[in-house]
Amino acid sequence: MADIFEPEIPGENAPEFTVSEISGAVKRLIEGEFAHVRVRGEIGRVSRPRSGHVYLDLKDERAVLSGVIWRGVAARLQVQPEEGMEVIATGRLTTFPGQSKYQIVIESLSPAGIGALMAMLERRRKALAAEGLFAAERKRPLPFLPEVIGVVTSPSGAVIRDILHRLRDRFPRHVVIWPVAVQGERCAPEVARAVRGFNALAPDGPIPRPDVIIVARGGGSIEDLWGFNEEEVVRAVAESAIPVISAVGHETDTTLVDHAADVRAPTPTAAAEMAVPVRLELLATVEDLSGRLGRAAATALERRRQRVADLGRLLPRPESLVQSWRQTLDHLDQRLPTALRALARERRLRYTRVAAPFSARVLAVSLARHQERLGDLAGRLSPAMARRLADARREAARTSAGLRPRTVAATVLRARRDLDALSQRLATVAEARQARLRDRLEALERMRQTLGYKETLRRGYAVVRAGEEVVTRARDARRHAGLEIEFHDGKVPVRVAAEEKAPPAAPRRGRPGGGGGDGQGSLF
Amino acid sequence: MSEKPVEEMSFEEALKELEDVVRRLEQGDVPLDESIRLYERGAKLKRRCEKKLREAEEKVAQITLDESGNPSGTVPVEEL
Repeated sequence: MADIFEPEIPGENAPEFTVSEISGAVKRLIEGEFAHVRVRGEIGRVSRPRSGHVYLDLKDERAVLSGVIWRGVAARLQVQPEEGMEVIATGRLTTFPGQSKYQIVIESLSPAGIGALMAMLERRRKALAAEGLFAAERKRPLPFLPEVIGVVTSPSGAVIRDILHRLRDRFPRHVVIWPVAVQGERCAPEVARAVRGFNALAPDGPIPRPDVIIVARGGGSIEDLWGFNEEEVVRAVAESAIPVISAVGHETDTTLVDHAADVRAPTPTAAAEMAVPVRLELLATVEDLSGRLGRAAATALERRRQRVADLGRLLPRPESLVQSWRQTLDHLDQRLPTALRALARERRLRYTRVAAPFSARVLAVSLARHQERLGDLAGRLSPAMARRLADARREAARTSAGLRPRTVAATVLRARRDLDALSQRLATVAEARQARLRDRLEALERMRQTLGYKETLRRGYAVVRAGEEVVTRARDARRHAGLEIEFHDGKVPVRVAAEEKAPPAAPRRGRPGGGGGDGQGSLF
Repeated sequence: MSEKPVEEMSFEEALKELEDVVRRLEQGDVPLDESIRLYERGAKLKRRCEKKLREAEEKVAQITLDESGNPSGTVPVEEL
């Protein structure tokens, strides 16, 4: 191998460059020639290492140009590079000798015309929509009456004034402004940070946490509004736990943040209207409800009162409950005296029937018989006693011979005492019995008088007699020549005119049936 | 029916319940005792609503941020 030489080639006397020399020459040439160029192309692959620099390719149909955006520049870009974006990159060309490469160092980047911008926006919108960030079901309802309203906007300018004015008109509230840049490269990160920052506030912390957030900006060109199309803003709004109202640009401008917000307001003023109700209307509503409350309660009471009254009318009257009973009572009351009288009559009749055997004349007969017998016995008493005495005396005489006078005398004395006692008792007994019978007779007589016919005579009746016979028939009367008529106050003898066969009138006796105890039972 | 104390209610909650109370009373099929209770609750809800409406007071503040962009407090904003 040692004998292989490279032969010197004659005529080849051009100077020799080292690699470094030629690389340096190229560098000087390129950087001198292309110190400021504008290159139009489509963005190819984009990479963002941790360093913060952005590496990308610009390309067209036939060529590719590498590019780099240093960190400081990248942060300031209004439009962040995205693959597929048609851009005009402004910068300078430089070489990278270590790798035999050249590239463009981009100082600024802008979409190549509105069309390109809109096309890019549309692509981004689709991508985010595909993630579901704009889905209707993600939308949260706005609070009816927020206590605190957070406004993310520029602290100076017409927008915040419009919002505050309208809030003042409708319902003054507590407003917390989070100041942000609303255009330029700081816009998107600041808005995103504000939305996240409001959400991060503690509910009872020193800075009041809003119940609703308004993200607002006045009108402007699409480039001016571009920050509100940035993905980080869209994501921050979509992720916000606090409902967000977006009001960016005029009604015709639509930014991606409008899609992500819970409600889109056409203007900042409209956002304020959406945020709060009108206080006066609410006062009227509450007043109306209050009136209805009172009326409804009164109606509820009145309806029940009415119902009680209705039911009360349906109740039967107390009088009607007792009326029929009262009638029954009246009826019975009328029948009672009649029934009592009838009962008394009936009882009296029975009494009369039962009392008949005990009439005075029956008792009088019985009394006479007993008296007769008493008389008889009394009559027989003395002879019997005398006889007995005689017998005793004879017996005494007969025995007295054998007796000593003193004994006899004692015996006689004793017997006489016995006799006296007996006689005494006899008299007493007889008297008592007689008195008893007399009392009874008197009682019976009183009864007889009340029950007897004499009372009847007072009422105009008369008793007709013929002798001792009571005449009750005309036929019998005709057989007598004279009759006696007894009135209550006396008797009158009469003659019977028609016939002659009767014996002469024999008025006799005093008052038949009158007087007590003289045994005039023969009238009957 | 879990009843939140009226004093803790937001305006909207109080208004909603007041509407509900009025509707139920107007339907008229609540028992008498319940209607009296509803009426009293309604009166309380109404007072709550009116209180919240009276509380309407404008207060505007702006958040102040520290060097790292975090909120450090608020300052009142006037003349806007």
